[in-house]
Amino acid sequence: MIPVAFPIGLAIILFCMGIVGFIVRKNAIVIFMSLELMFNAANLLFITFANQFQQVDGHVFVIFVMVTAAAEVAVGLAMIVTIFRGKHSVDIDQLTNLKG
Amino acid sequence: MTINMLIFLFLAVVAIAAAVGLILSRNPVYSALYLIVNFLAVGVFYLVLGAPFIALAQITVYAGAIMVLFLFVIMLLGAAKPNEIETLKWQRPLAIVLTAAILLEGLYALITRISITVTTTTPDAALADPKTLAQLLYYKYSLPFEITSLILLIAAIGAVVLTKKPAKEEAK
Amino acid sequence: MESTQLFNLAPWVVFLPLIGLVINLLVGKKLGELFAGVLASAATGLALLVSILLAVALSGHHEGTTVVLSDWITIGDFTSRWAFRVDTLSVVMMLVVSGVGLLIHIYSIGYMHNDVRHNGDTGRFTRFFVFMNLFIAAMMILVSADNFLMMFVGWEGVGLCSYLLIGFWFEKGKDGIGNANAAKKAFITNRVGDFGLLIAMFLIFTSFGTLQFDQVFSQAAIVAAAKPGVMLLITLFMLLGVTGKSAQLPLFVWLPDAMAGPTPVSALIHAATMVTAGVYLVARSAVFYTLVPTAQTVVTWVGAATAIFAATIAVGQYDIKKVLAYSTISQLGFMVAAVGMGATVAGMFHLVTHAFFKGLLFLAAGSVIQGMERGMHHGAHPDHETDPQDMRRMGGLRKQMPLTFWVYLIGALALAGIAPLAGFFSKDEILLSAWQTRPAVFIVLAAAAFLTAFYMGRQLIIVFFGKPQTKPAEHATESPLVITIPLLILAALSVLGGLLNFPGLHTLEHWLSHTLGEGEPAHFNFLVAGISLLLALCGLGLAWLVYSRKSAAEAPDPLSKPLGPVFKGMERKWWVDELYQSILLDPYKAAAGFIAEKVDLGVIDRIGGGLAAGTRMLAEGIRKFQNGYIRTYALWMLLGLAVIMTYIFFK
Repeated sequence: MIPVAFPIGLAIILFCMGIVGFIVRKNAIVIFMSLELMFNAANLLFITFANQFQQVDGHVFVIFVMVTAAAEVAVGLAMIVTIFRGKHSVDIDQLTNLKG
Repeated sequence: MTINMLIFLFLAVVAIAAAVGLILSRNPVYSALYLIVNFLAVGVFYLVLGAPFIALAQITVYAGAIMVLFLFVIMLLGAAKPNEIETLKWQRPLAIVLTAAILLEGLYALITRISITVTTTTPDAALADPKTLAQLLYYKYSLPFEITSLILLIAAIGAVVLTKKPAKEEAK
Repeated sequence: MESTQLFNLAPWVVFLPLIGLVINLLVGKKLGELFAGVLASAATGLALLVSILLAVALSGHHEGTTVVLSDWITIGDFTSRWAFRVDTLSVVMMLVVSGVGLLIHIYSIGYMHNDVRHNGDTGRFTRFFVFMNLFIAAMMILVSADNFLMMFVGWEGVGLCSYLLIGFWFEKGKDGIGNANAAKKAFITNRVGDFGLLIAMFLIFTSFGTLQFDQVFSQAAIVAAAKPGVMLLITLFMLLGVTGKSAQLPLFVWLPDAMAGPTPVSALIHAATMVTAGVYLVARSAVFYTLVPTAQTVVTWVGAATAIFAATIAVGQYDIKKVLAYSTISQLGFMVAAVGMGATVAGMFHLVTHAFFKGLLFLAAGSVIQGMERGMHHGAHPDHETDPQDMRRMGGLRKQMPLTFWVYLIGALALAGIAPLAGFFSKDEILLSAWQTRPAVFIVLAAAAFLTAFYMGRQLIIVFFGKPQTKPAEHATESPLVITIPLLILAALSVLGGLLNFPGLHTLEHWLSHTLGEGEPAHFNFLVAGISLLLALCGLGLAWLVYSRKSAAEAPDPLSKPLGPVFKGMERKWWVDELYQSILLDPYKAAAGFIAEKVDLGVIDRIGGGLAAGTRMLAEGIRKFQNGYIRTYALWMLLGLAVIMTYIFFK
């Protein structure tokens, strides 16, 4: 089979790309999608190590991650919709009420 | 170069290309589609790693449900308009630099600490079948399972509550 | 009753006046002037009774005893306690304080009755007696103390009462604060002296390990041999305390200003009792002084110099009380010189007789002043302009106030040292001691004695002889019995006081020797006695010559022409106050002002303000991090992540 370093490296690369997308993009929905990318990378790591150590617990954790991600996306998108109703824009730079 | 290696390389390239597309695309719909491609690639790779159930769960749940939800919202909000006028110019380079640093460090750690000779194993068919998963899920991890069901319930209620229009607007 | 049990009455000399003052404080105002005055006098009278009983008990047991009341401070090895030392020396002081105090209390009932009406605040009558009883209590603590610390409590207490009583009419005086200023001056000048006494006490404690009189004095010789330098310092710092409390050079400046207080206060505190505390201290610590001859010389010369200096100033004063004030300073100089020379008995003898005749003189002066005030209120148009204390406005009062005149005459002659009145014997003993040991001091003291006689004669003539100079003097009337009876008693004591230590009998000498150690009773030296008597008579005679020729109360004083600038100096008290003002007080105020403005406001407040401003600037700078953009916050998180990862991987 393939060396285990390769999937781990892939996961790391995908994770970092998710980070870049999170910080660079202004569209709130695209930022969310980068978040999903990061989750995905983490899932990949879980499965890789489950395979390595021959334990199925990793799979169970992936299920949980997916469930939580789904819940979070639901609520997050609902929030974006609500905010859009007020501001008529999904530009995340418009949300500066936390300014000190 | 074994067949597994080839498959992995192909899938890796697809996944990374899709991720790049996600980040760089101006159109959010395109970004969503790129993400679906990414999920599919990774999902197939799960099969290679001997996780059939998870692979299909990935495709159905992630690509099938979550991304559809994303697309619904993108369409709903009509956010296909380009609005990328960068307000904080200095953030982009800094983010790229920091991320590159993290990436390099991660890869460096990976290379120096994990020997190239350790390989993934051939998946055992009986290892990751739904029966084993179910046993773990309902016996050992029953509490987290219940909690996640609660999370889902709350998320559903929360989504409904958040997007409900205020009553007096409806009365108007 | 076993006579030693009488010793246990000792604490009552303090508690009786305290009880009196508490009762007066609580109900005095409601129960009227007579009650307040009689109660205060009774408290003092009972204290006198206790003192007499203690003296009786002592006559059977000469060595005295210590009556311990309770422990006060116990820290490690140091113990201080409230204990009353009943021995011949302290009982002498107790008798003087309570005896003269009783007479002055009775006098004050009448005097203050008029004074509160003259000054317009009858409600203040009770307060006077509260303060007076407090003073008696504090003075009793001072003289009956068994250790330096308790004595210091009394020392400070009498200083406080002096302040309270000098500033009794605190809203009156020059510019409305004159009396308050005088009180402050007294307190602060005394404080300088107290500082000296405190340093001496600290040195005593470090050298001896204890502050109790008996323990300290029994070890004195050992410590003096081991550490002579420390002993010298102790005695000199104690001298500083004495100069403060007993108004010697250079800290005498408060006593003339203290005449701003009511006359009974001047009599009790500034003539008979408080100012003698310094003399008592030196007498009590005589053991120290005999071990350090240098200190003895210093003390003697301080006393002698004060005696002559103050006597010269008294010659040029016009205020009746100021003459007596400077006279007190001068006589205290005599006492201090005496105890400095080692003639402790002579000093104590003069202390006792001085209490009699100076107290008498002050009270009689009060009678004269009130007679003048009565004259001012006489007739259809009351006079509010004349200063009732200015001698130049008096004259011929011997016809108006005969009884006052006779007692004043007795007091003046006693002070001048005319035999066989009390002052002659006590002053003569001091002069004799100087003649035998230090002739230079004898000359100075003799000159001072001459001047004493001169200024007293001057005062007598200006006040009582000649023609009345103003209308109030014409209409002055004699004082009531409540004032004149104490005067008569004191006059009798001034006449008979010489018997206390009459040459040959030496009663006081034997009495005090039980505490002070056997000394050699001085034999009566006819030469010295003759010289001192001659000087006194010459002084009086010269005063008669100068002041009775013409009407002496006309300005200017007949001495001003012949003596010229010397008289000006005497009149202006040799500009001592002005000197202190320019050398000490003005630079101090300037320094304080500088520190208040430049240092306190300029630097220290700026530091506080600067810290606040700096914090604000820092906060404003940090605030810029919160720019509201979520992506920025995420970026900072990323930065943190990068740093931590770097650290972990490359540790």
